[in-house]
Amino acid sequence: MSDPILELSGVHTGIAQYHILQGVDLVVPRGGVTMLLGRNGVGKTTTLRTIIGHWQAKSGSLRFDGADITTLPTPARARAGIGFVPEDMGIFSDLTVEENMILAAASGPLDQARLEWIFAAFPPLRTFWRSEAGNLSGGQKQMLSIARAMAEERALYLIDEPTKGLAPAIISTMAGALRDLKNKGASILLVEQNFAVAKALGDTAAVMDDGRIVWAGRMAELAGDAALQERLMGLSMEAH
Amino acid sequence: MTTAAPDHAPKYAQVSLPDRIGKAMPLLLVPLLVVLGFLSIGSPSSWLTLTVSGLAMGMMIFIMASGLTLVFGLMDVINFGHGAFISVGAYVGISVLLGLESWTGVPSLLLNVAAVIAAVIAAMCVTGALGWGFERVIVRPVYGAHLKQILVTVGGLIVIEQMIHVIWGPDEIYLTRPEMLKGAVTFAGAAIEKYRLLAVVFGLALFVAMRLVLKRTKIGLIVRAGVQNGEMVEALGYRLRLVFIGVFIAGSALAGLGGVMWGLYQEVITAGMGEEMMILVFIVVIIGGLGSVEGAFIGALLVGLLQNYVAFLEPKLALISNIALMTAILMWRPQGMMPVVKAK
Repeated sequence: MSDPILELSGVHTGIAQYHILQGVDLVVPRGGVTMLLGRNGVGKTTTLRTIIGHWQAKSGSLRFDGADITTLPTPARARAGIGFVPEDMGIFSDLTVEENMILAAASGPLDQARLEWIFAAFPPLRTFWRSEAGNLSGGQKQMLSIARAMAEERALYLIDEPTKGLAPAIISTMAGALRDLKNKGASILLVEQNFAVAKALGDTAAVMDDGRIVWAGRMAELAGDAALQERLMGLSMEAH
Repeated sequence: MTTAAPDHAPKYAQVSLPDRIGKAMPLLLVPLLVVLGFLSIGSPSSWLTLTVSGLAMGMMIFIMASGLTLVFGLMDVINFGHGAFISVGAYVGISVLLGLESWTGVPSLLLNVAAVIAAVIAAMCVTGALGWGFERVIVRPVYGAHLKQILVTVGGLIVIEQMIHVIWGPDEIYLTRPEMLKGAVTFAGAAIEKYRLLAVVFGLALFVAMRLVLKRTKIGLIVRAGVQNGEMVEALGYRLRLVFIGVFIAGSALAGLGGVMWGLYQEVITAGMGEEMMILVFIVVIIGGLGSVEGAFIGALLVGLLQNYVAFLEPKLALISNIALMTAILMWRPQGMMPVVKAK
């Protein structure tokens, strides 16, 4: 756990009158995939949105790549090297696939070699390059959402349930792309409900409950211990 | 702006034919209204005169409305103070024109156009600067609070109107157009005012320019994307707040430009003219679909044409024609014809 890319210490986040995160302590190691797990409504999405800055932490601190980002606005965090794929995908439906990708390259023109790598991971994006993103299927939209985060090299990717509601074949494509990203040395903090994907991709894991991290360790340890899964999440992930 | 795009074309369309027709329907409304106008009016020359008049009016309303729809779409800000920029633009521009009577009073196209350009530049600079101050002082403290936005921007509108009274006096100001913009040309038996033709050409040019900026430049992409999902634009690293300030300033300057054009159209200006225009401007923004420049353009043409046709056919109904149009369109498409803002 030396040299983490991201550290959250005692982070509290509230939305209106609701106190969602109640002291999150989380360490994301540099390189590899960290799974953020837990039942619905325990604060996983809020944690990601707090990290990217859509919701500001009320207290606690966030350190990214050694620098304090607690009070930085969202654009500054993104420019510092954090990519974000929200649960709702956040694609610009009235823009074409091409325009979505051009926007994703915030620091300059799209790198052609990187684009070819993205096309290799997500072939439909090449096919529908000039189509409006709103006309893509659900799986294709998700591909675009992840491709957009991949358009520029990022030190950390925050990805929220990328396989939600997708067909098995598309899930396999997603998992392949994320593995590819991981193999390029990226750090990924991934919220995922699909255990097969979590088990296949995750190097480390953190489990949330009631707005806190209640367990953190190796993904393999969690995957191999049904009793631990039951205790932490009230279910055995192997059943899913 | 294109990248070295792959040469693959989509293999199949995923949009059904009814979807395509439904999407294109708003584009067909203007020609449909023009044809209905022709059938109802009967006289081709009257119809042509009214159509050009309606298009000119629509173009001027579009110029005033385009900034407002982007401001709403980008930052969810309801700015009732927009009308103040129309009035201030008109007063500044007309003051410049009145000061350049030696240019406007001679039958020289060059001098007349130079005077109008000077008036437009002065109006846009002043209203752009005023918009910048308005955003900083009045709008910024009330982001995210619609009720407060309505209250403070209406307050700002009243203050600016009173400032106009202080600076230019309480009375309306009458003016005459530059010599070369007076009178009409005859075409197919119809008398068409030169100024209306100019307004149509100018409005079209502005619409094309806005579309080019929005479609072909990165800043345009950021604005279009920001209207749809501002959070995501920020998550990609763009400072949307700065973009919004730029759009607010540009929108205010366009309102000022619209004020000058409307003042020259009516040949009289009052401090309350912007406030009066805001009814039409809001109708256009709402029926066009919040955040949509194309929707505002179509909406403005519909409003301009309908008002002119109805005023000719049934003058008593002219006052309610635009409200009826808004009601009909919202019953057909509650989000407006071409909504961009989905939900915030």
